[in-house]
Amino acid sequence: MAEQITDQTINVIIAGVGGQGNVLASQIVAGAAVKEGLTVAVGETFGASQRGGSVMSHVRITRGREIGPLIPRGKADLVAALEPMECLRVLRVFGNKETRVIMNEHPNYPISVLQGSTAYPSLDDLKAEIGKLARLILSFAATDVARQAGSPVAANVVLTGALAGTGLLPITLDSYRRTITELFTDQAARELNLKAFDLGVREIRDLNKI
Amino acid sequence: MSITGVRTDQPGQAVLLTGNEAVARGALEAGVGFASSYPGSPTAEVLSILGRLAAEFNLYAEWSINEIVALEGAAAASFAGVRALAVMKPDGLNVAADFLTTLSMSGTGSGLVIFVGDDPHAHSSIKEEDSRYLARLAHVPVLEPATVAEAKEMVKAAFELSETLQHPVIVRGVTRICHASGKVTLGELPPRKKKPFFGKDQRFLTDPGAVAIYHQRQEEKLRRAAEMGEEMPFNRYEGPAGAELLVIGCGPAFLYAREAVEILGLTDRAGLLKLGLTWPLPEKLVLGRLRSAKKVIFAEEIEPVLEENVISLAARHWPAVGKLSFYGKSSGHVAGPGGPGIGELNVDIMVKALAAVAGLPVPEPAAPELIAGEGAASPAQGPPPFAPVPVIDRELAFCPGCPHRASFWAVRAALELDGRHGFVTGDIGCYTLGLGRTGYYLLRTAHCMGASVGVASGLSKLARLGFSQPVVAMIGDSTFFHAAVPALIDARYNQARFLCVVLDNGTTAMTGHQPHPGMGVNAMGEKVPAVAIEEVVAGLGIPFTIQDPYDIKTTTRVVYDLLQQNRLHVLVLRRECALVAARKTKKARVYVDQERCLGDACGCMRFCSRVFSCPACIWDAGAGKARIDETICTGCGVCAANCPQQAIIVEGVE
Repeated sequence: MAEQITDQTINVIIAGVGGQGNVLASQIVAGAAVKEGLTVAVGETFGASQRGGSVMSHVRITRGREIGPLIPRGKADLVAALEPMECLRVLRVFGNKETRVIMNEHPNYPISVLQGSTAYPSLDDLKAEIGKLARLILSFAATDVARQAGSPVAANVVLTGALAGTGLLPITLDSYRRTITELFTDQAARELNLKAFDLGVREIRDLNKI
Repeated sequence: MSITGVRTDQPGQAVLLTGNEAVARGALEAGVGFASSYPGSPTAEVLSILGRLAAEFNLYAEWSINEIVALEGAAAASFAGVRALAVMKPDGLNVAADFLTTLSMSGTGSGLVIFVGDDPHAHSSIKEEDSRYLARLAHVPVLEPATVAEAKEMVKAAFELSETLQHPVIVRGVTRICHASGKVTLGELPPRKKKPFFGKDQRFLTDPGAVAIYHQRQEEKLRRAAEMGEEMPFNRYEGPAGAELLVIGCGPAFLYAREAVEILGLTDRAGLLKLGLTWPLPEKLVLGRLRSAKKVIFAEEIEPVLEENVISLAARHWPAVGKLSFYGKSSGHVAGPGGPGIGELNVDIMVKALAAVAGLPVPEPAAPELIAGEGAASPAQGPPPFAPVPVIDRELAFCPGCPHRASFWAVRAALELDGRHGFVTGDIGCYTLGLGRTGYYLLRTAHCMGASVGVASGLSKLARLGFSQPVVAMIGDSTFFHAAVPALIDARYNQARFLCVVLDNGTTAMTGHQPHPGMGVNAMGEKVPAVAIEEVVAGLGIPFTIQDPYDIKTTTRVVYDLLQQNRLHVLVLRRECALVAARKTKKARVYVDQERCLGDACGCMRFCSRVFSCPACIWDAGAGKARIDETICTGCGVCAANCPQQAIIVEGVE
């Protein structure tokens, strides 16, 4: 377990590509924070961004103070990235030398890459660059772990489990699980997502670097 | 994103709600009985939620055909004694404006609240429109929440204000309210509502013979609203008494400004005036703070509405307020990278603006982009080298399996075969993306709901002046119902000759799959008779054809043949939205036979990934061959029809 972040305002960014489930991930983290009696402000967009654009959710956690839903530049404490290049994109603007990173290694290619007019950087290059910018990087193939849970689409919840499993946020695993239980009224979806969450917790603890 | 928090009957409990959920909850706590909307980001979820809760809370909710019908319906409910909520984006308020400007003359009965979601930065919009100008034009008060929790309280207060004034009230959210989430404390849910009745003495009229009386009544109601605003809890001041530096803000921009004040260490010097009622201004409250101020800076999103109104107020009271300097969009101080009023505000923009006004240096952000690793510690070495790993922009694209990709491909191919410089006029929906790479840059015009049809029609009427290019209007199913029908009647009547392609994916996809009249289900989840697009078209006396766009070859031929006919025709390209289909059907497995794919030796120019450009058709650089990303492929199999080597295999499709 990593040492809990104790800042007055804890700034978390969840980054990914439209369609990867950013919003669900942020709702789980923020919903669990409210269960802990914390105050949260979440900034995100949905709509057009579903169609393959870069998306990011800002989750700001305080102990009662009302704040705006957008994190200032350079002030992210924690970045959870569903996609490697999106991780770097966010880190360059919002990261600092104390930022911790949790990252899914599965790439999602922009259409300019598919069409051959640009090249997607190698995972090693991305990880090296992210490692230079952040205090800590924990990365794994969340999409593959999600497949074990029953669906590769559940990578967002696997990553949320990994985020929870680090212990960086002042939120108990029970609060996350209760939030997931409330979010999914369909029994099968609930079980799949709880399983994905637990696999994410286990995966990050198996990485054994924290 | 959970309906649980909205419906929970436990006053005092804290729950996480989005702004749209908070608006829905506020309406329920106010005893709303009628809710109507046409789906538009960022407000679409409000009516979705109220529709799902309609039976439980004994209310009526509808997805209206468009926003003016939504507002007319809500007003009708108000006339008959039922509290009503109409929800729309600014583009929708434009559509409803003709009714709104007369509704504020006739007045209303029970509380009538219009929730409008402006979209600074146009995250999900065609423009950044500030609906407050239209509200002012229509003589309607405007309330602006700064937080999600306040959005709920403000909607409740807006119902009270509306009922007191007998006048419509607008609550203006922005995307960072609607799509934001925050902790909300639940209030009481009122008991059942009384039976609607249109009283025998009630009249809600406008009268061309008595315009002055109605206009006077509008002005008087605004005066009363301003007076009531003096005492509203949504308007408040924080900071030292007699501050010379005064921040006036509203909406989330107020919180950005407050955080900026803290970052700059200005809390002892700067006063913060938060306004919830931004039109009409609570003049005494504002003047009271202006008297001690020397410098005034504004924090609000999109246009300088508050700024202009406060400056105008100060100008009327020069002797009392003394010499003041104003800083905001007009002065250029409050400006993002795009310029004043362009894009969203945030804390960093407010830090920069406040620092300039207060004469302080701008603190360096700690972002690694700016310190770039080791070299950063010693600025003497000059600017740090640009980080070597590229971060590639992501253009928006049709989803994997999207039928629009197939439709645009077929229309493009048919127009090229036709060879008469034909082109496409565009409309509002997912398919607006047809203006970019994902739609092969086909769109040549894009404006508002329904404009594809009116513009195509207008172009074709130029035939008498010698215009001979074929024109294709491409419009979605929901947009067809919203705005295409009058233009099609005009087209038939005035002898226009163009091809109107209706991209019928069986849902309002862009805003999150809300139902529309063609779907046979309403906002409350009830089964209702569907209005078929082809029945409407047949009723207008316009010939039509229905085709599945997934069959690209046939579709291309059909479009080509119709272009040769050179007359008014509606082609319905019907195939369910891939996101909807993926939820209910077991998808086919699509993969590339590595033996058959010849890679770059094929001569197809990597047709599947480069040319057709579905995000699921990727290139395996290691193998030098095409590959399907099975995590995002929907199994539509359209790419298989395009592969010259038949290397793309579709397994398990019916």
